[in-house]
Amino acid sequence: MKRFGRSSAGRSGKLFLAACAAASLLTGCHGPMAIDTFSVPEKFDSSRNMEITFWAKNDTNKTQTKIYADAIDSFEKLYPNVKVNLRLYTNYGDIYNDVITNIATRTTPNVCITYPDHIATYKTGANVVVPLDELIADEQYGLGGTELAFDGPSVSEVIPQFLEEGKIDGVTYAIPFMRSTEACYVNKSYVEKLGYELPEVLTWDFIWEVSEAAMEKDKNGNFLVNGQNVLIPFIYKSTDNMMIQMLKQLNAGYSTDGGEILLFNDTTKQLLQEIGGHAQTRAFSTFAVAGYPANFLNAGQCIFAVDSTAGATWMGSDAPLVDISESKLVQFETAVRMVPQADPENPQMISQGPSVCIFNKPDSQEVLASWLFAQYLMTDDVQIAYSSTEGYVPVTGKARENERYQDYLARKGEDNKEHYSVKIEAAELMLDNVEHTFVTPVFNGSASLRDAAGHLVEDTVKSARRKKPVDEAYFSSLFADTEKLYRLDQIASSSGGKKELGPLPATSIALLAGLAVIWLLIGCYMLTGYIKKRKTENKQG
Amino acid sequence: MKKYLAVMMALAMTAGMGMAAMAAETEAEADDPKGEGVMTYEEFMNAEVDDEVVVEAYVQAKQAWYEGNESRGTDTATVYAQDHDGGYFFYDMECSAEDYEKLVPGTKIKVTGYKAEWSGEIEIADATFEFEDGEYIAEPVDVTELLGDEEAIAAYQNQKVAFKGLTVEAADDSGAAFLYNWDGSGTDGNDLYFNVSLDGNTYSFTVESYLCDNTTDVYKAVKELKVGDVVDLEGFLYWYEGINPHITAVSVQ
Repeated sequence: MKRFGRSSAGRSGKLFLAACAAASLLTGCHGPMAIDTFSVPEKFDSSRNMEITFWAKNDTNKTQTKIYADAIDSFEKLYPNVKVNLRLYTNYGDIYNDVITNIATRTTPNVCITYPDHIATYKTGANVVVPLDELIADEQYGLGGTELAFDGPSVSEVIPQFLEEGKIDGVTYAIPFMRSTEACYVNKSYVEKLGYELPEVLTWDFIWEVSEAAMEKDKNGNFLVNGQNVLIPFIYKSTDNMMIQMLKQLNAGYSTDGGEILLFNDTTKQLLQEIGGHAQTRAFSTFAVAGYPANFLNAGQCIFAVDSTAGATWMGSDAPLVDISESKLVQFETAVRMVPQADPENPQMISQGPSVCIFNKPDSQEVLASWLFAQYLMTDDVQIAYSSTEGYVPVTGKARENERYQDYLARKGEDNKEHYSVKIEAAELMLDNVEHTFVTPVFNGSASLRDAAGHLVEDTVKSARRKKPVDEAYFSSLFADTEKLYRLDQIASSSGGKKELGPLPATSIALLAGLAVIWLLIGCYMLTGYIKKRKTENKQG
Repeated sequence: MKKYLAVMMALAMTAGMGMAAMAAETEAEADDPKGEGVMTYEEFMNAEVDDEVVVEAYVQAKQAWYEGNESRGTDTATVYAQDHDGGYFFYDMECSAEDYEKLVPGTKIKVTGYKAEWSGEIEIADATFEFEDGEYIAEPVDVTELLGDEEAIAAYQNQKVAFKGLTVEAADDSGAAFLYNWDGSGTDGNDLYFNVSLDGNTYSFTVESYLCDNTTDVYKAVKELKVGDVVDLEGFLYWYEGINPHITAVSVQ
């Protein structure tokens, strides 16, 4: 089976198109006419038919797409006048790209799975994304509202941290759908074979040490630990997350809440130097360079595989989903750990996963229908079903406390399908560590900053592998090139952040003073003309 | 005596085949002389992953073009190419829109980049290219008999290949002849996956939507396949944890 017969888009995406379109949204040139600000209608009109579109992301997983379809079916039974059209995507980048393109033509979907980083760009268009605070609080149709046709969660039943993650500049633009974090999936058998005991909390130092130790070969060139001629002891899937978490754990700069870029600092450089060193020895690699961590892990060719908890069903000898042939599968004990830490006493891990936003439309009833559907995605049935497909966790306390979900967790390891132990352990990792999760600041351009963080790691890894010098000159050039590639200098100036710009230059003051004088003169001229005209009229009258 | 004759005949045949192969090789070299500092296909395959490589090859198909690929800082193209000895996959090669238009099948280009391997797919990454004089469109090589022999068929990686007389099998438990995405989780426009069998063994083939989108004949034809159809197929021998042919033509026998 093929999870991902790789296409170019899988590794590079088409985000520049989105960036260009986003730039046009920012400048407003040839942009769409703005739709009026949405306000909640007094009553939901169930007498007329409406169609809404839902753009959804799945992990190339048929069970997930079926859950979307079932949710739509159930919703349409509750609201027979609303038809929901589903469009499926398998990566967030494509959704982002398509939404940006459709903002310009006013053909956005009604409801869309997304990341807050992306919403920050969408909302640079006027009234494009619906602010949700009024809807959330609405007595009739808000969370837990009196007029809902379903048993949805109340505000207090949504995990507060996840609800908070949908806020941009204090306004809620997204409600959470699912949450995940990253996990380190470990070949415990190989760690022990190498003479190490696997700690409960992994440190970077431990992983680097074991990874280097694993590089020892026999006289035939095969690695001692696995007896094969292929081994990449440590593979990281999302290198943007890798850098972001490393910096957070060290309390080093990434960005301010207002959008000031702090990524290019000395700590980043030190981290890259370390990463580069291990890339040079081939003890470390990345998804973009080598392939899926799961494939190497399951073939006994990787010891530490870091990937999303939402990828847990692919991890381990008994994984229900595999992309390599059975003959290549190796039996080993799989352990699930949080991502490596700088300070095990104070762990920090990323909170990620899909959120839902609603796009504004001229018809407020259509927007209300969209909100009802978005809210429906937070009902227990949808939350429990979808979270059980991968190492996701429900975003409401209501779903988590539901007997069915508790039963699902309790049956961990009962089978290698729905109750696959690695998948449920990955979910438990998130459930047990919500207070240790964090998100990065959201602002217009934060999506590009995230990409830039990953690019620093990828470029360093490639350079080190290609035996190029990874030194001070390299980092100076890498930082400058990355800032330019991802237009981070432009982001800083257009994000509307709180950056102090200092006093106006003298030329600007002179120009503004000149403009004021001109306007004053025009005003005087018009006033004089008006007075003269009135005097003439008075004389004639 | 019979034994002696048989050995002599075998030796003569082997020598003859060797000479024929050498002659073919010489002919290929004459047709396809390599420029200064350019690797032969054999030298490319012998290079280590991450080594800088320079090859000359002829475009056989274009897979995708990206405007302003951020990871490269330029526009990029992904291309299948061949010389007379083997196939290449140029992944995200620097390429302007104007040049992409000129990269028609048969065009000769000189490519400088780094040898890479992604999930078993041998490719040239982070490459740049220049146009050269020359034209060559490869005929598909029939590799039907090599199906099931991963080591042997790997020699044809990235080449234009043909498979003859394969039987379409059900792609899933529902009996569908094809799926959108590997597990049926996609919709029209996504990659198509279908299974074919030969001598009791089943193989998964793909219509890669970036290479052949849903407006192409092959995409439409695969959607019309029925379980039990006997088909001839052509495509490029892509690799993803094993053979994963990207099909460009299909015909029902």
